Amino acid sequence: MGKIRPIKKYSYYQKTAHGGFIATKLNYAIGWGRKFSIFHYPFITACCGMEYMSAACAHWDFDRFGVGMTTFSPRQSDLLFVVGTITHKEAPVLKTVYDQMVEPNWVIACGACAVSGGIYDNYAVVQGIDRIIPVDVYIPGCPPRPETILNALLKLQDKIQKQKQDLRWKIIKE
Amino acid sequence: MTHRIQKEAKKESLLINMGPSHPAMHGTIRIMLELDGEKVRNAELEVGYLHRGFEKTCENKTYFSLLPYTDRLNYVSPLINNVGYVMTIEKLMDIKVPDRAQYIRVIMSELSRISDHLTALAAMTMECGAFTVFLYYIKAREEIWNVIEKTTGARMTTSYIRIGGVRTDLHPDFKTDVKKAMKVTREVLKDVKGLLDKNKIWIDRTRDVAVVSPEMAVNYGFTGPCLRASGVKYDVRKAHPYLVYDQMDFIVPLGEKGDNYDRYMVRMKEMEQSLRIVEQCIEKMKESPPEVKGEIEPAEAIKMSRTKKPDQKIKLSPNLKGSEKDKYPGILTDSEGVKVPPKEDTYTNMEGLIKHFKFFMKGHGIRPPKGEVYFSVEGGSGELGYYIVSDGTDRPYRLHLRGPCFHIVSALEEMIKGHYIADVIPTFGSTNMIGGELDR
Amino acid sequence: MENNQGIKETLNKKFKDKILSAKESLNDIIIQVKKEDIFEILKFLKDKPQGYSMLLDLTCVDYRGKRPRFEMVYHVFSLSKNHRLRIKCGVMESDLEIQSVSKMWKNANWLEREVYDMFGIQFIGHPDLRRLFMYDGFEGHPLRKDYPLRKRQPKIRLRK
Repeated sequence: MGKIRPIKKYSYYQKTAHGGFIATKLNYAIGWGRKFSIFHYPFITACCGMEYMSAACAHWDFDRFGVGMTTFSPRQSDLLFVVGTITHKEAPVLKTVYDQMVEPNWVIACGACAVSGGIYDNYAVVQGIDRIIPVDVYIPGCPPRPETILNALLKLQDKIQKQKQDLRWKIIKE
Repeated sequence: MTHRIQKEAKKESLLINMGPSHPAMHGTIRIMLELDGEKVRNAELEVGYLHRGFEKTCENKTYFSLLPYTDRLNYVSPLINNVGYVMTIEKLMDIKVPDRAQYIRVIMSELSRISDHLTALAAMTMECGAFTVFLYYIKAREEIWNVIEKTTGARMTTSYIRIGGVRTDLHPDFKTDVKKAMKVTREVLKDVKGLLDKNKIWIDRTRDVAVVSPEMAVNYGFTGPCLRASGVKYDVRKAHPYLVYDQMDFIVPLGEKGDNYDRYMVRMKEMEQSLRIVEQCIEKMKESPPEVKGEIEPAEAIKMSRTKKPDQKIKLSPNLKGSEKDKYPGILTDSEGVKVPPKEDTYTNMEGLIKHFKFFMKGHGIRPPKGEVYFSVEGGSGELGYYIVSDGTDRPYRLHLRGPCFHIVSALEEMIKGHYIADVIPTFGSTNMIGGELDR
Repeated sequence: MENNQGIKETLNKKFKDKILSAKESLNDIIIQVKKEDIFEILKFLKDKPQGYSMLLDLTCVDYRGKRPRFEMVYHVFSLSKNHRLRIKCGVMESDLEIQSVSKMWKNANWLEREVYDMFGIQFIGHPDLRRLFMYDGFEGHPLRKDYPLRKRQPKIRLRK
């Protein structure tokens, strides 16, 4: 039974915990919420898919960054993760999937083939998916190491936080 | 445009499309099904969504610069594709490979084969719902890729096997690293055996589904684990031995019925046999020559070589470690004109510079004699064969790949007829379709 | 290993003038025939006692500038005798048709579709001859020597 030391000074946390408030911009706060809960759609075609699998599993987990939920429905996803080579036969499929996604959405092009066609410069391969859909983050590498994919996700999270947020409940006077 | 299945379908059945972008982890393929309730009445496959023009690209590249394209064919076991291509050229030009390089090639092939089976089974079981097996197998695969990365420099697409041998010698701690990777793989295999082998749910889902009789398998041109699961004993490593496989002691596991469960069991047993082969190779391989420390810096050696040839050993930069001149007799052949000369020679004397220049110059370099050749190795899914027609110049006239998955997937339409729609996924997973090999 | 050296003599005895040449290079036996006789010779090889029961590969090579322009190459394999054989026949550019072997081996179905897609050779008797790798609406046959490597035919309109 010892003496209970009285709390002499209030620390910052204790001051705010008793009904305090945080001051920030609405844009920033909504971005904070959006960047840590991303549902992604992995559009996997080729070899980079192996490195995506490595990045998703226990060694280099990307679930700890909030990107863990994999959905296979474009209507319910925020991030289109294009992994692998896109050929001209596959291009309409990619465009259909992208058109089905709802705003706000983002696209990451993973691997050299998705960024610019890679080592394949011939009759069958699209030279970069930005000829079909707009891209936010480009990941170079053939295949990129899992750490590169994680770095790209962090850059995307920075972008999401800082961009002008899309607030659908604004009433727009036409 | 109407597909064949739309023309043949009855009016009351339901047509379902498992489109090119789908949750199965294998690759882009389109499966169209005609359903009667839940039973599959008819099926049609559409392939070609990953056709990257490999064969046409190879006609425009020299024999040496098309090596990275071969890595990306069967991208789960990349070193085996490299070995197949390089051995075809060696058969055409009659090149002898030193012993140590042959053992290194066998070790790398078997590690790739283990990684192929791990990925195939991980994807197959995850799609059936056993998510833990996927995580365990990818953990074992990371250890193996770690070992490959320390020697070759890259985890997946390595371009390590060169014409006449390999690029660099094994790294100094190879034995301890490989033993650790094998220990982790054995533990993981034991765990998954306990999880799945006698599991009632797994047996109910995979036993007696998509049975392939031996006659049907041979008629369709099956090779590899899918053929051995039907009971036919054919393994390229035993039938036409190449490298040092005739000195290795391993058995070829066979299945009984040819259903999905047998294809799973054959792959599990083959992984144990591959581990045995790697152990035997490490014991039989001779020690590499001891490392001699370099004495003079490269810049100093180049300056000295203007007047006389430097006698002392030259220090090379760290990313050329393993390919020093005194390691060359163990890892590369003696034939001239097919290998990159050692850097010590290139920068300090005239002959080395000329050889280096001629190797890479357009129109010179590796020029096999006129003719054609076919050679095959045992890939992860079966007999991987290369057919090369050469017209005497430095580019191949025609290069054709016999991809094993092509023949196995062409049988998929018949394999899933009459089964339920939920059986399509494990069947498709057990064929181990790899998009890069199917569509080239 | 390879232990069916008598196959050359057997074929020469049975089809005397149909075999144009039978030679051996780099441990492979290569047999050259005319395209009208290819079905008969392959059927003879597939039945017992020859027993070449597996069709390993079926492909085509374009020798532009030579006559015949295309050359079909068949690789067959016998499991019981553990022996591989290569059979070739020439196809003229003016008459791009050849008998299909899809009734004998089922994987020839897709292999012949691939050759039709890449080279344009028609197979008589094939149940469903259409393109395999390239999409509907693609004009031309890519692996011919006169098709340029980078001639693209995009299926949807590209942005840039």
